[in-house]
Amino acid sequence: MGFDFDVIERSLPYLFRDGMTFTVTLTLLAMTGGIIFGTLLAMMRLSALKPVSLLAGGYVNLMRSIPLVLVIFWFFFLVPYIGAWLLRESQPVKVGAWLSAVITFTMFEAAYYCEIMRAGIQSIPRGQVWSGYALGLNYWQTMAQIVLPQAFRNMLPVLLTQTIILFQDTSLVYVISATDFLGAAAKIANRDYRLVEMYSFVAVVYFIISYALSLLVKRLQDRIAIIQ
Amino acid sequence: MHYSWHWQVLLEPEPGGTGTYLHYLIVGLGWTLATAAAAWVIALVIGAFVGTVRTTTARWAVRLGNFYVEIFRNIPLIVQMFLWFFVVPEFLPEELGNWIKQMPPPWGSYLPAVMCLGIFTSVRVAEQVRAGIGSLPRGQRMAGTALGLTQAQTYRYVILPQAFRIILPPLTSETMNIIKNSSVALTIGLLELTGRARAMQEFSFRVFEAFTAATVIYLLTNLVVVLVMRVVENRVRVPGLIAAGGAPQAGH
Repeated sequence: MGFDFDVIERSLPYLFRDGMTFTVTLTLLAMTGGIIFGTLLAMMRLSALKPVSLLAGGYVNLMRSIPLVLVIFWFFFLVPYIGAWLLRESQPVKVGAWLSAVITFTMFEAAYYCEIMRAGIQSIPRGQVWSGYALGLNYWQTMAQIVLPQAFRNMLPVLLTQTIILFQDTSLVYVISATDFLGAAAKIANRDYRLVEMYSFVAVVYFIISYALSLLVKRLQDRIAIIQ
Repeated sequence: MHYSWHWQVLLEPEPGGTGTYLHYLIVGLGWTLATAAAAWVIALVIGAFVGTVRTTTARWAVRLGNFYVEIFRNIPLIVQMFLWFFVVPEFLPEELGNWIKQMPPPWGSYLPAVMCLGIFTSVRVAEQVRAGIGSLPRGQRMAGTALGLTQAQTYRYVILPQAFRIILPPLTSETMNIIKNSSVALTIGLLELTGRARAMQEFSFRVFEAFTAATVIYLLTNLVVVLVMRVVENRVRVPGLIAAGGAPQAGH
């Protein structure tokens, strides 16, 4: 069988302008949303109010117990119903693969970011919280100005490593036929019957990006380790 | 907005004529477990070997081990699935490649899925094994040397028995990960649990019944894994040797 690597060159604009843009935007949005929602979940899990911590714990454990592919399917079909409920429509609203993917990955990754932030919050000595209260700060002020900045800083390398995993996991939107980097390559691969070339190329690109990012995280980790 | 549930669908026959939808899903669980179990064997064997090698003093072996880990850690699982399914058979000797491509379903998907998951998870096992060995006090290794053991003997009798006990808790979560990750095999046509829930949704239009059933089955499976691993942990525990709690790790 002959290989035709020209197909890659011909499809580069489509692969990167459409596919990679989708992948990177989805990663950044889900990271931002996931860290914010995950931090809230972590605060809920550590709450003294039993119902609040149980609710957050139940959500996190549920998300972590089922496969991401199943979660993607769940939200793909669930989001139209939630949309209808929110907008008071009688029919499920139409939601494209893009919005569905953003919501899915935000909600799913939040569970993983939550566990990281929980460890981060717990790594801050209790005395700091007590001094916050002693100074007259309330819960939210203590969290926002004393605990979370330090927790976030301590956990930065792990949060970034999780983001690299998120970057790789976004390729699973293939199952709802979204045109991310892999989806774009798969479309070309099937149209031109060049599966070997396209999938090898996709693997190489993902490898280069993920490996480069992991090296950056490692350097950051070393620098933080020296400061402490 | 209202969704009318229809749970009886689980007891209705599926169009393939093999039985009820519930039975159809349970067979899917069987494929999930069969894939995960076979892949787990590969992952443990390769992972233990690569992880151990990376802590030895042979520098070329350490480099090779690091290379292996970086390759399979930095490519998304679904892309690795496609590599094993579409690409690898093309690079094998023609007869072997054709034999794989012509395997009757589901074996044509099962074999690549097992190879893919096994190798993918072996990297994660290797990281755990290396971390477990690294967490042992250095004196253990020195004591082995002082007793006149060779490096291989030190590993066999001193280091590894302790390291494997330490990494049992993270291996429990890897066991659950490999079960969850096997769902990615649906993209190469293996009808495991998630794939069958998706198919059931397409045949019956009962979206949420299908996915709820699959979710409950996954939760029960996880519960069984946790209980079994707890028994294993108790069986192999050495009195007085307490496994240290691990640092938070990124995962999925």
